[in-house]
Formats: sequence, C-alpha cells, structure tokens
Amino acid sequence: MDIVILSRLQFALTTIYHWLFVPLTLGLGWFVAFFQTRYYQTKDETWHKMTKFWGKLFLINFAIGVVTGIVQEFQFGMNWSEYSRYVGDIFGAPLAVEALVAFFMESTFLGIWIFGEGRVPEKVHLASIWLAALGSNLSALWILLANSFMQAPPAASYVFNAEKGRLELVNFFALIGNPKGWIFFWHTISDGLAMAAFLILAVSAYHIIRKQNLAFFKLSFQIAAVVGLVASVLIFLGGHTMGQYMREVQPMKLAAIEAIWETEQPASFSLLTIGDLSGKKEVWSIRIPGAMSFLACNNFTCEVKGVNELQAQYEQQYGPGDYVPLMIVTYWTFRIMMAFGFVMMGMTAFFVWSNSRGDITKAKWMKWVPAMLILPYLANASGWILTEMGRQPWIVYGLLKVQDAVSPNLTAVDLLISLIGYTAVYGSLAVAMVYLMKKYAIAGPDAAMHESVDVAPARVGSQD
Amino acid sequence: MSYEFLQILWFILIAVLWIGFFFLEGFDFGVGMLLPFLGKKDEERRAIINTIGSVWDGNEVWLLTAGGATFAAFPEWYATMFSGFYLALFLLLVGLILRGISFEYRSKDAAPAWRNRFDWMIAIGSFLSALLLGAAFANLARGVPINADKMFTGNLFTLLNPYGLLGGVTTVAIFLLHGANFLGLKLEGEMRNRVNAAAKKIWAVTTVLYILLGVFTYVAGFWSRGVVNPGIVPIAAVVVLLLAGYFLNRKMEGWSFIMVALNIVLTQVTFFSMTFPNVMLSTTNPDWSLTIYNASSSQYTLTVMSIVALIFVPIVLAYQGWTYYMFRKRISTDKKTLVY
Repeated sequence: MDIVILSRLQFALTTIYHWLFVPLTLGLGWFVAFFQTRYYQTKDETWHKMTKFWGKLFLINFAIGVVTGIVQEFQFGMNWSEYSRYVGDIFGAPLAVEALVAFFMESTFLGIWIFGEGRVPEKVHLASIWLAALGSNLSALWILLANSFMQAPPAASYVFNAEKGRLELVNFFALIGNPKGWIFFWHTISDGLAMAAFLILAVSAYHIIRKQNLAFFKLSFQIAAVVGLVASVLIFLGGHTMGQYMREVQPMKLAAIEAIWETEQPASFSLLTIGDLSGKKEVWSIRIPGAMSFLACNNFTCEVKGVNELQAQYEQQYGPGDYVPLMIVTYWTFRIMMAFGFVMMGMTAFFVWSNSRGDITKAKWMKWVPAMLILPYLANASGWILTEMGRQPWIVYGLLKVQDAVSPNLTAVDLLISLIGYTAVYGSLAVAMVYLMKKYAIAGPDAAMHESVDVAPARVGSQD
Repeated sequence: MSYEFLQILWFILIAVLWIGFFFLEGFDFGVGMLLPFLGKKDEERRAIINTIGSVWDGNEVWLLTAGGATFAAFPEWYATMFSGFYLALFLLLVGLILRGISFEYRSKDAAPAWRNRFDWMIAIGSFLSALLLGAAFANLARGVPINADKMFTGNLFTLLNPYGLLGGVTTVAIFLLHGANFLGLKLEGEMRNRVNAAAKKIWAVTTVLYILLGVFTYVAGFWSRGVVNPGIVPIAAVVVLLLAGYFLNRKMEGWSFIMVALNIVLTQVTFFSMTFPNVMLSTTNPDWSLTIYNASSSQYTLTVMSIVALIFVPIVLAYQGWTYYMFRKRISTDKKTLVY
C-alpha cells in the first residue's frame, strides 16, 4: 500500500482522536478554576463539591489528552521527515515554545493541584488550577500558530534558502502574529468552553431527571447554559471571521466547502448541493442568493472565486496537478459543523430563556439534554476534518505538497504495524476512559468528595 | 552571537534537556518497574505510585521539550532520527502511553483485577521506555547507517545489535537503581527496608553491566570519534556508582541517590562529548554524518530560540524545583493520605 495514504490515515486517526479529548480539557479547566475560586471566596460547601466533582471528570479526560499528545509531537519527524526538513526551521520553533512555556506549566501545576489540597496553602492550591488551565490554553495557542503556518504561511515570515533547499524563518513576529492562528485560537478556546458546557449540561440533566442532588445540578446547569450560550456565539463570530480571511488566503478551500464551481458575483450560499460523481460539476442545488458573498466579505455583492477558475490558475502557477480538495468531505463537514453549532447556540439560548421563566428542574425537555453531548464532539471533529482536508493537496499551502512531505524510508509494513498498534491502544484507552467517566458522572458529587477512591462506594452507579 | 556559537549552545542545551529527562524521569521509570515487585498489598502499591504521582507528568515534559528543541534547533537531526528509529519510537510511545494512563486510572476503580492490570502496564510501559531509550542512545554513540541524503537506511533490526541491546539493558538497570533510591527517600517503615534490600541487589547487577558497557565502548573505539575527549568524566561516573554501593550498605539513601544521579549526569556528559560535533554518526560513510553544522536551523531561528530559552528555562526550573520542595515529605501507606 501507498505510504503517503497510510501516513495520512495514521495522522488523521491519531489527531482526530487526540482532539476528541483536548477541547474538554481546555474548557473544563476554566470551569473548575471558577468553581474553586467561588469556594475560596464564599467557603460554601456546594462550590467545593462542584470543584471536586467536575474536577474528577476533568482529570479522567485530561489523562488521555496528555498521553496521546506525545504522539502528536513525535510523528512530524517519524512520518513526515521531509516536511520536518523543509519547514523545521520555522515550524519547530512554536512547537519547542509550546513544550517549554505551556506543557511544563500545565503538567507541573496540575500535579500541585491534584496532590496539594491540604498540603499547600489554599491560595497556592487555587492559583495552581488557574495556572494549569492557562497552560493548556497556551499550548492550544502555540500549536494553532504552528498549524496556521501550514494553512496560511505569512509572506513576511519566511524565505526560501536555495542552497539548503528549505524554508527559513526571517521574522518570528510575523509567524506568531499570523491572523489565521489568532482566529483559530479564538474559535478553539470558545469551542473548548462550549464542549465543557455541554458536558456539564448533559451530566446535570442526567441527575436532574432522576431528582438527585437537585440544588447542585441545577446550579451547574444554569452556569453551563450561560457559558455555553456565550461560547457558541463566540464560536460563530470566530468562524465567520475565519471564512472571510479564508477568501484571501485559501480561496480554493472556501470554494470547495461551498461547492462553488464557477466564479460568482454576487455569490449564493448553497444549503444543499448534489454534484456529479467526478465531484467537479453541480447537478442540483438549493441556493440563497447573495448569502455567500455575505459570509465571505460581509456584503451581498462581492465576488467569490469558483473551483474551476482556481484550478486553472493553480495549474499555471504550480504546474499540472489536481488542486481541488475532496469536495464531498469539505462540503458536508462544513454543513455538519455549522448546523450543530447553530443547534448548540439555539439550545443554550433556550435553556437560559427557560430558566428565566420558571424552574427548569421540572421541565419535560430535560430528558433530551444528555443525548445532546454528541453535538459538540461531532461539530468539533467535522471542523478539523474540514480544516485539514480543505488544505489538500498542500501540507503547507502553496509551498509544499503532502506527497512530498512523507518519510521516504518507511515501508508499508512499518506503517501497518504502527497504524494497527495505535488503533488497538487508542481503542482500549477509550473503553477505560468512557467507563470511568460514566462511573464518576453517575456516582455524583458525594463520591467525588473523597480524596481517596477507596473510601468512595466500591460499587458506584446505583441509580438512587 | 556567531552562528557557530549558537550551534554549540543548542547542542549543549539539548544535552541538558536529555540530562534533565534521564535524571528526573529515570527514577519514575525505576519506580514504575519496581511497583509490582516491591508493593505486596494494594496500599503499598498506592504509596509507591504516590511517591511520583505529583511529578511524573512534569518530568515527562523534559522529553517533549528535548524533542521540540531538537525540531527547532536541528531539524535535520529530528527528521533523520525520528523517521529512522520509527518502530523503536513507536514502541516507546506505546510504553509511555500505557504507563501514563495507568498512573491516572489505576486507583479510580476498586476492582483488584483492574488495579493489577494497570500496575503491570506501569511496569511494562516503564521497562519498554527505559530499554528503548537506552538502546537508541547506544546506537547514536555507535553510529547508524545514513546515506548522503541524510537518510537512515537501516530498520528496527539494525538497532538491535549487541551494543544497542547492552545499552538498553544497562539503562534499565540504572533506572531501577535510581528508582529504588528514590523510593528509599520517599517511603517509610517496613517498605523502606524492603526497598533498601532490593537496591543492594540491583546495584551489584548495575555495576557489572555498567562496567561492561564502558569496556565495550572503549574497546570498540566508540569514544574517540568526536573532537572532545571525555577524559576523566567516565571514570568519575564509575567511581560515583561504586560509592552508591558503599552508601547503600550503610543505608544512607540520600547519598546513594545523589551518587546514582551523578552517574546518570556524567554518563550523559560522556555520551554527548563523545559524539560532539556529530549528532548522528553515519556508519556508511563518516562524511555523511549529521553534525551540529549541517543539521542546524538558521542563525535567526537559533537566536530567537535562545532568547526564549533564556527567559523561560529559569522560570521552569524554579517552579519545578519548588514542587519537589513542597512535596518533600515521606509517603505513608495510610489510605487517608493517598491520592492515587
């Protein structure tokens, strides 16, 4: 089998998997830090319980993000050695900074937080959870700045060194000031908060419908609903800004996610499109006139370039080849992400509104809330599949193609061993993680109060 | 700062990161491997895990930082080594994943079968990681097949030569000893005596292996290929290892810990001075070796990274050191005080 395809498959598998856990870490850390701050200020036991209960779930999830994160850093060199040689001078820097500035902070202070209660001064213990949450979010910033170089390399940041045959950094501030990276960051941290909000909503709803710890879970639900609403609005605004920026730096991706074959002015937004099998021509679609122009440039009249024109332009610029991403993927992942994003926004708005009207713990719709946890996960995975597949065939947009980036010394056997190995290990991790998450989520706040799990009920999970 | 100065500086910085990693995570690996053997009862095993519970993750970041720094400062080294040692690194990652997740999950369920499974995963993951890291470094000292395009031309079995394997096994032994010393410092009562008895046996095996590795290195001529002569450093490394045995017999765990820690540091110093200015020796043709000169980043990148390191390394060292100070107390097997 082709080593490029196997390497891509493995990168997709390990990255999507890693990213199932990280957003929750990013968002839930802030929640736990907030709960603990309230406890510190009020000495009210409810806030203490909130810190411990949501903190336990945070830790169970956190562990998977950490262990799968090591793979992420190693596999650039392991699977993409030619990429590493070609852009390492630029791309290595934010990765090294991420480890030095963010990973140390996150891991060290989380260690203090887990072990420190009652052992370190209360203020230090409180500061440690804030620093751990900050560390996680800083790591997101640095890896997103690195990723944004692959998506939209800022022209001022690099030059081509012909003698060494590689790209070299000439302006660090252009690299870390990449607007794409900052929009990504904004979109991503709000997404983390929304993910955490939906976990809290789902678990709280589970207990509310069973009339368990009503006060505790009602308060959790209320906080999460507000944060979820604010976060989903921020996600939308971030995404909208990203779309407009995309028109400038990745026009092909924009055309591919919108299934715009021919250049349009003004451009219509397609709600639903059926293309022919080649994926190069439209058969049928429902379109809103002018809406695409609005998404891409905030007015109803601007021009949005079509796939066919861009393909011709790229062939001239970069030589023969297929420069169109797999449109069936980009088109649909974009719609899934957007649709779920809007549902999340609508739901949280509805929760906030309902809460202002009466007692939500008696609401009939509550029983549907736990199932909604799936929404942010699907929206998230779709968003990243779209981002990464919309970049194809480039690994660094306009500068290096994926097929030229792979480690040439690897064999299909090497890759099959690692691919099967990762799948097996990651699969087992997921089983253990889901088991523990369910167990502790169902056991409720009282079980989480015990520092030592031995003291907790041995068989938690009984419904009453 | 001149380009060459920066290249040498980053070689030293990466060496420091590896030294930090082996020194810190070394005892974590040792503690992990000793876990199922020294912990008879569940609370004993929990006490053992709790000795490193608050720090293992932070210690592992030294590896991530060494990897990231190599990528940033010597991209060719990062690319050749990581793609070349592909399956070995894959197994290392599996080892690190298994033990990392097990620390966090093993005590979160009371079922004895659950706990036992994770305990063994900690031990096996730690063993695998130590063995592979040792073998990888031994192969770096020995040299590996690299062609004119800076590409590794061997496979997993290329790395499984006698010297590589001896390097791996010796590293496992040193980490076991380092871990036992650490446990001696952190546990109390009966557990402490048990650890001391084990440490003495491990010390004897380690010393034999270590001297064997040293003789092999010397006889095979692996240490005369760079421009720096390690001089008395390796001899000092043997002396401190012997002193560790002396202190163990007198139950002076603190001193024994310091001696083994010094041994780890001096071994790494020997390794890095042996190779300098090469970072990966080519056995195919010495002219095709990767050096700090032909594998490094541009002067600009090295300058930027030097400024970043200058600011953040002292901060990291300060708060990590402070963590050890905060959690300096010994760990008892009293269930109420155990976290993991």
